[in-house]
Amino acid sequence: MNRAGLFVPLGVFALILVVGFAGFQLTDPHQLPSALIGKPFPEFSSTLLTPEGVSVDRSRLVGSPVLVNVWATWCPTCKAEHDELMRIRATTSLRIVGVNYKDDPQQALRWLQEFGDPYEFNLLDLDGTLGVELGVYGAPESFLLDAEGIIVYKRVGEINQRIWQQELVPRLRELEVLGDA
Amino acid sequence: MLRRLAWVALLMAVTVHAASPVDVFQFPDAQLEARYRSLIAEFRCPKCLNTNLAGSDAPIARDLRVTVHRLVTREAFSDAEVRAFLQARYGDFVLYDPPFRPGTYLLWFGPGVFVVLGLVLVGFRLAHQKAAQLSSQDQARLQAILGDETAEELDDALSDE
Repeated sequence: MNRAGLFVPLGVFALILVVGFAGFQLTDPHQLPSALIGKPFPEFSSTLLTPEGVSVDRSRLVGSPVLVNVWATWCPTCKAEHDELMRIRATTSLRIVGVNYKDDPQQALRWLQEFGDPYEFNLLDLDGTLGVELGVYGAPESFLLDAEGIIVYKRVGEINQRIWQQELVPRLRELEVLGDA
Repeated sequence: MLRRLAWVALLMAVTVHAASPVDVFQFPDAQLEARYRSLIAEFRCPKCLNTNLAGSDAPIARDLRVTVHRLVTREAFSDAEVRAFLQARYGDFVLYDPPFRPGTYLLWFGPGVFVVLGLVLVGFRLAHQKAAQLSSQDQARLQAILGDETAEELDDALSDE
């Protein structure tokens, strides 16, 4: 047998190692690709957290780009991203709309009084129906919509400085919400 | 000892039962219920990676069971329409059976490619082995070295070891 042939098993082993390593590094099995990217934000009819009982539909989300943030008071990661949402609200012109997901409206109101309210308004999704329409499987989730209401980006998990800089800022420049730096 | 084992078995049986989620849904007829049962067994829970909707007690799995129930009973969706509904919102992930399109060719053809590769490798080695058989000249040299011993005797000697 050819001497070089002896190295074939080693090569195969190295290949398995590289493929396995890349496979585990590149994809987080908890980050599912969204089926909704490039599609319009679904039609819905929902009531507002405040003022109470006022009903709204999809038309309230179109006109200018908006970040739709699905949150709840029972969700610890939502608390972790809250300061970043407050910062975005204070320093940019990006609209932020909340979807209060399977939550107690009274607790949600208390949360906003206590920690600040970055939202233009909050849709109530008491039973998770809107969540199912949006393919939500764990709060927090955020959707960036262009002015026509098309979903251009989805984030499962918290919005933080890194996500803001790497994922949102370039898209917001494209949407002309942010000027070129 | 046996008694203790029996107790452990009994407790395990109880926990398994407690862990499987039970929903109380009304169905107008048994056929719809059967369709509902087979549908929730078919989809994967988006939160838990490897449990189907029927077997998961995650809140999202419950929401999706409620949704499937609503689609089947109130909106009279066909099985294909329910599949399309969930796939449109949660993506291919919820389907255990991946769809056939360019992005999944590797998944569908991969095993076949490996089988063909294996066959080629086996064929190559067999061909190589034939080529490695001794030529008549080498055979004669071998005879000369071995002297009186025939190849058969050599075989016997080897198998005795």
